[in-house]
Amino acid sequence: MFAYIKSYLSSAQTPGAAGNMFWVLVYILVIFTGLAIAVMLMTWLERKVLAHMQVRLGPMRVGPHGLLQPIADSLKLLLKEDIMPAEADAFVFWIAPFIVVLAAFTVFVVIPFGPTHAITDMNIGILFMLGVSSLSVLGIVMAGWASNSHYPLIGALRSSAQMVSYEVAMGLAVVSAILMTSLNAEGTGTLSMIGIVQAQLAQHEWFIFKFFPLGLIAFFIFAVAMIAETNRAPFDLAEAESELTAGFHTEYSGFRWSLFFLSEYTAMIAVSSIAVTLWLGGWLRPFPNLLSGPTWDRAFSLFPGIAFLFLAAMCFFNTARMPKHPLFRIQTIGLAVFGIVLGLIGLILFIPAVSMRVQDIFWFSAKVGGFMYLYIWYRGTFPRYRFDQLMQMGWKVLLPLGLGVLILTAGVALLQQKLWHP
Amino acid sequence: MAPVATPFFFYLLSGIMLIGGVLVITRKNPVHSALALIVTLLAQASIYLMLYAPFVAGVQIILYAGGIMVLFLFVIMLVSVDRVQRERQFNSQWVVGIIAATALGGLFMAVYTKGKDIFPEHALPMVENDNTQQIAMKLYGQYMFAFEIASLLLLVAIIGAVVMAKKRI
Repeated sequence: MFAYIKSYLSSAQTPGAAGNMFWVLVYILVIFTGLAIAVMLMTWLERKVLAHMQVRLGPMRVGPHGLLQPIADSLKLLLKEDIMPAEADAFVFWIAPFIVVLAAFTVFVVIPFGPTHAITDMNIGILFMLGVSSLSVLGIVMAGWASNSHYPLIGALRSSAQMVSYEVAMGLAVVSAILMTSLNAEGTGTLSMIGIVQAQLAQHEWFIFKFFPLGLIAFFIFAVAMIAETNRAPFDLAEAESELTAGFHTEYSGFRWSLFFLSEYTAMIAVSSIAVTLWLGGWLRPFPNLLSGPTWDRAFSLFPGIAFLFLAAMCFFNTARMPKHPLFRIQTIGLAVFGIVLGLIGLILFIPAVSMRVQDIFWFSAKVGGFMYLYIWYRGTFPRYRFDQLMQMGWKVLLPLGLGVLILTAGVALLQQKLWHP
Repeated sequence: MAPVATPFFFYLLSGIMLIGGVLVITRKNPVHSALALIVTLLAQASIYLMLYAPFVAGVQIILYAGGIMVLFLFVIMLVSVDRVQRERQFNSQWVVGIIAATALGGLFMAVYTKGKDIFPEHALPMVENDNTQQIAMKLYGQYMFAFEIASLLLLVAIIGAVVMAKKRI
């Protein structure tokens, strides 16, 4: 048993490829916990950042600077009464949130946090991700239909129309990135998520800079389409508060509503991971070719530790700034302890053996985190589109652009193979 | 890696498919039928995975998820579920059913008894690792013409739908 557990550690494979069920289970649990924490953090960050963008303070009451607000929110949601409309289709109403959550979480099976840090590596990785994440529309339409109410139905129909039309442009952008993986000696590309990042490593170039500006345009198309896919502002017509109350989940409350909420944020992380994997070099650190060599490797591996130490320093700075009133004593102590924990994690990350193993995960998460911040930023700055504008944008701008980029990419790739490397 | 294509999974997935298929034709509510259909199709995709054809499985999920989506929308927009549920179901076509069942059963029996001559003696080597690449080679090499004809056919269908749906273009 123990030997079975230890045998994986010496292999340089994903646990799924090595066929080690124990480590598969460990990875699943770690990713699930990590996602739950990331979603909680994201809700807090979103409220805070949006508030500061609008010159407000945001949550300040629960814990220092509202740090414990997500926990209070989730407690409230769990304790809330679970209401089902009398005329609703009980079974479909009950199963819809689970389908959405399942679709949002299943895609993390193939997301590569590092060359070995993925649950498994599939030959059809990116295809699997697009397919499974498109199942979530089904859950949304089911929720809207089963509620037996007007606003949810309109929200669900909007959502399905939007997702179906933006999936086309998204697919074209993805295909043009996959085409770039085939620019090697054998001339065969790959759909595997790990293979795509390794192709970028082998070609010494992130695909966003490949065939400039073709890669950049494809990335731009994907970046727009992924916001529409996840129903986020400025494309959040499916849940436009001013028109549809809350869209497809108007009739949901309590735990079931929180499942929709969870899956929305998880889906955001998932599509950002696709973008990072396809265009931004996945787990690769910045400048792996320009600043190569063991010295630079060592220097870049210090980043995770520095990031955590920075967070710890922020905590200590704010501990010192806390009001000195005795009512705030527990909060002050709590913040200091939190800072100490973060600092300890940072110190552990300075151990070379740990940092070398973990830095892939750090770079991947940092890139995804950048996307998550962009999501909040979009929400804070862009006004919501009208529905006909949204459709026009999808079918008349992004789709032709995607087709053009795909054809040009194929043409340039062919020229490169025929002319420069005959 | 240990093979996942064990009899247990085959019987499990086949059972799910059969139950789903029966539910599709027995449910009165068309939305429930559509749901049962997608369960059936997902189980079928898993069987493709068991047969070491991941690309076909992925395409099955993508295409049929979209297809069922459209079916759903049709049901929501065109069918009044309340009225349908009160109507008598007219699926009692015994004669046609018996003929179809006998024909299919006969085919199965024939394959089962003469399988030794039809199928290759040994299982083919599994090409899981470059399954997608192999399909691409075949599709864009050997079967290029058929593939292009099929895409032209789909284009005709799309144009036809647009012409019929829109009075003024």
